Amino acid sequence: MKKLVVFFTIIFMTGASLAQTLEVCTTCPISSLKAAIAKAKAFDTVVVKKGRYNEYDVVIDKPLTIIGKNHPVIDGKNKGEIITIVSDSVTVDGLHLINVGTSYTEDYAAIRVKSSAHFVIRNLILEKLFFGIYIEKSNHGKIRNNKIIGDAVEEYNSGNGIQLWYSKHVDIEDNIVQHVRDGIYLEFSDFCTIKNNLSSLNVRYGLHFMFSNDDVYQDNEFSNNGAGVAVMFSKRIKMYNNLFKDNWGSASYGMLLKEINDSEIIGNTFEDNTVGINIEGSNRIIYKHNNFSNNGWAIKVRGACYANTYTENNFLYNSFDMAYNSNVNDNTFDRNYWSNYTGYDLNKDGVGDVPYRPVKLFTYIVNRTPETIILLRSMFIDIIDFSEKVSPVFTPDDLLDNNPLMKKVTW
Amino acid sequence: MVTIEGLHKKFGKQQVLSGLDLSISEGGIFAILGPNGSGKTTLIKTILGMVIPDKGEISVLGKNIKVNSEYRHKIDYLPQIANFPSNLKVKELIKMIKDLRKSTKEDERLIELFRLTPFLDKKLGTLSGGTKQKVNLVLTFMFDSPIVILDEPTSGLDPISLIRLKDLIQAEKAKGKTILITSHIMSFVEEVSDEIVFILEGKIYFKGSILELKTKTNQPDFEHAIASILTENHA
Amino acid sequence: MLKILKYSFYDLMRSRWSYVYFAFYLLLGIVLLFLNNDLSKAVITLMNVIIVLVPLIGTIFGVMYYYNSKEFTELLLAQPLKRSSIFMGQYLGVAISLSMSLILGLGLPFVFYGLFESSAIWDFSLLLITGTFLTLIFTALAFNIALSNENKIKGFGYAILLWLFLAVIYDGLFLMTLIMFEDYPLDKLSLIGTMLNPIDLSRTLILLKLDISALLGYTGAVFKQFFGTSFGLIVSFAMLTVWVILPVLRIIFKSNKKDF
Repeated sequence: MKKLVVFFTIIFMTGASLAQTLEVCTTCPISSLKAAIAKAKAFDTVVVKKGRYNEYDVVIDKPLTIIGKNHPVIDGKNKGEIITIVSDSVTVDGLHLINVGTSYTEDYAAIRVKSSAHFVIRNLILEKLFFGIYIEKSNHGKIRNNKIIGDAVEEYNSGNGIQLWYSKHVDIEDNIVQHVRDGIYLEFSDFCTIKNNLSSLNVRYGLHFMFSNDDVYQDNEFSNNGAGVAVMFSKRIKMYNNLFKDNWGSASYGMLLKEINDSEIIGNTFEDNTVGINIEGSNRIIYKHNNFSNNGWAIKVRGACYANTYTENNFLYNSFDMAYNSNVNDNTFDRNYWSNYTGYDLNKDGVGDVPYRPVKLFTYIVNRTPETIILLRSMFIDIIDFSEKVSPVFTPDDLLDNNPLMKKVTW
Repeated sequence: MVTIEGLHKKFGKQQVLSGLDLSISEGGIFAILGPNGSGKTTLIKTILGMVIPDKGEISVLGKNIKVNSEYRHKIDYLPQIANFPSNLKVKELIKMIKDLRKSTKEDERLIELFRLTPFLDKKLGTLSGGTKQKVNLVLTFMFDSPIVILDEPTSGLDPISLIRLKDLIQAEKAKGKTILITSHIMSFVEEVSDEIVFILEGKIYFKGSILELKTKTNQPDFEHAIASILTENHA
Repeated sequence: MLKILKYSFYDLMRSRWSYVYFAFYLLLGIVLLFLNNDLSKAVITLMNVIIVLVPLIGTIFGVMYYYNSKEFTELLLAQPLKRSSIFMGQYLGVAISLSMSLILGLGLPFVFYGLFESSAIWDFSLLLITGTFLTLIFTALAFNIALSNENKIKGFGYAILLWLFLAVIYDGLFLMTLIMFEDYPLDKLSLIGTMLNPIDLSRTLILLKLDISALLGYTGAVFKQFFGTSFGLIVSFAMLTVWVILPVLRIIFKSNKKDF
């Protein structure tokens, strides 16, 4: 047994020492990436020097490390896909990929990973792209510190920045994704971590989940996206400390939850969105320590949502705290801070003595006849809201926060 | 000087003036008389343009008053009830009116005449009715216009001031001014006026000198002459 | 007219009410700022105050001034002055002194609080401009009411009714109409409904600036086009100007026809 270990160590050491470094530059013997890959043996390193290389359909079919020095440009000349990885353990680092072909029949990507594991894609700059980084059926990879700047204008002829399809255990960290269709898109991809990314100015969603379970996304910023972030048909998603900002528009929101169960939404900030969170048919979700400030609607609940808990959130200066389209309520609100709360705290325990009703009559009216929103902040509306508060008729009378806090929650 | 033709005015349902014709020549003192509610003040106010007539033409100094309001600068008007902003001082009021109309030095002489100097720094709200009327007179006479209209100038005045007022009116007449007066004090009217205009039921009932009135009514004195007109018409 | 304006203005500056009004706004500004500690939030609260209180104070004060200055008016009427300039002078005297109380009363605490370094300065300026418009409009409406009613009590009654109607009842009827016709396209109707009430107009104008234009745009294309562009701002200001001009014209017309 001991011998065997020694033997493998030797094999591994020699293997490593045998690994070569191939240089690519415009005036070198090897003047293209394709040629370098053809020449290289497994576990070799290819260093691409600064320059411009017109290449597309580059297939990496052995475990290689490809490093760009000073961001050499690989120009796909709009002919199709630029790099396709079909081997395990490939690292691509520091390249600048531009001009990916646009097609209505095939999803060309700047860089695609196909059925391969242990890939690392980092420090890339992608421009003029259709799809950016496309991971299909590939597990245990890292996508880190890339900058993806598209020029998408319309949804139908643009692709996504980072797309995962049937891929598990992929970490997406420190990337910047802008001006594409969906910044980051996950479909059938479980156990992924999405951390510290900036996804903004995208045509559709900053982040888009479909049928993906057990993922975590945290510390990301999603701002100025067409519709915000959509999390759909997924389970056990953890959403921590993200910032959802400036998603203004008639069908826009900070986050859309659709058919999401058993998830956690903790420590996020929703700021200046038309709707902070739009919730449809989502159950058993914990909302805690979130800040909702200056949104049109902080939370809009439509369809059946059961057993959700909202505790210790701050609702600050939203035009409407909650919209609720049903007359029954099975959700719990406790110990939140509501800036619109007008009650008092006689026993000075920091908890208001009268319950707070987050759903106003006017919210109900606006839901029914949207044009009435033009009467927002009218004195008449204040009066009818007050009378509804005193004796609820149209809004669920058990939808209330029995322990509204007098001061902002800090954590 | 002032010509009025076919003047009609209704306040609500009450017909106050019904086809009044009147012409007043230049120079002299004209007293406009009539029972309460006969339309004396209304007549004066239509001449001043404060009341807009329903029908009829008024011309002052040969110009139709509807055309422009410049003629108003030729008329000094003493309103019947002296209402002044109460938080203003007498001095400030006089200064303000001069500022609004035109500059004049006459006010000093008039203040002296009516012994108003001690009141100059008092607020108008604190003055008695008589003193207010004196201030009113100062404001009216200080501009020296060719036509003077006085609506009940004697109200509230003490005997000495009354004598001074009479002197003042005579002095103004001597300058060749046309003066219109309404008053209830018959002795005052008899003493100062050259001609009487008697209004009854919105029309001119009589226009002429006091002597003519006495002859017409066959009464020995002025007061009885007036009384006889009233009893005749009300009987 | 300018001379009359001057004397009306001095007269008001001497009266206790201007100071009460000024002190009220000063206090409001200070309390809002130092209790809230947040300029943007204070601006929103101020909006609620401005669209309700400014019209109320403008109406009451306008009617009150008209009836109280009857003597002054009579004195002026006895002088060879144009009637329209007498009433316009008085109207402007009231409206300007009220506007000044508003601007100074609210402005001073905000300036001391550091308004010029704040991004809220445009919202705040819009608030003051709208407040001034509302003062001009409601003082003019008050003068109209007072000119048409010799009876003081009646005049005050109509003034309060007018305020109540425009501030509260109108919105109630408006809301009912919108709900009743909810099956029809409503954007144009609601825009017109807003234009016809100066309080609603001011409210939407301020809301636009307070960054909820997108919230209003939520309802449909017409709203979005109207509120999302400077077009809406321009039309709103034009309508406010019309709302000043119409009652002022009626003051001139009415005062020329009235007997004194």
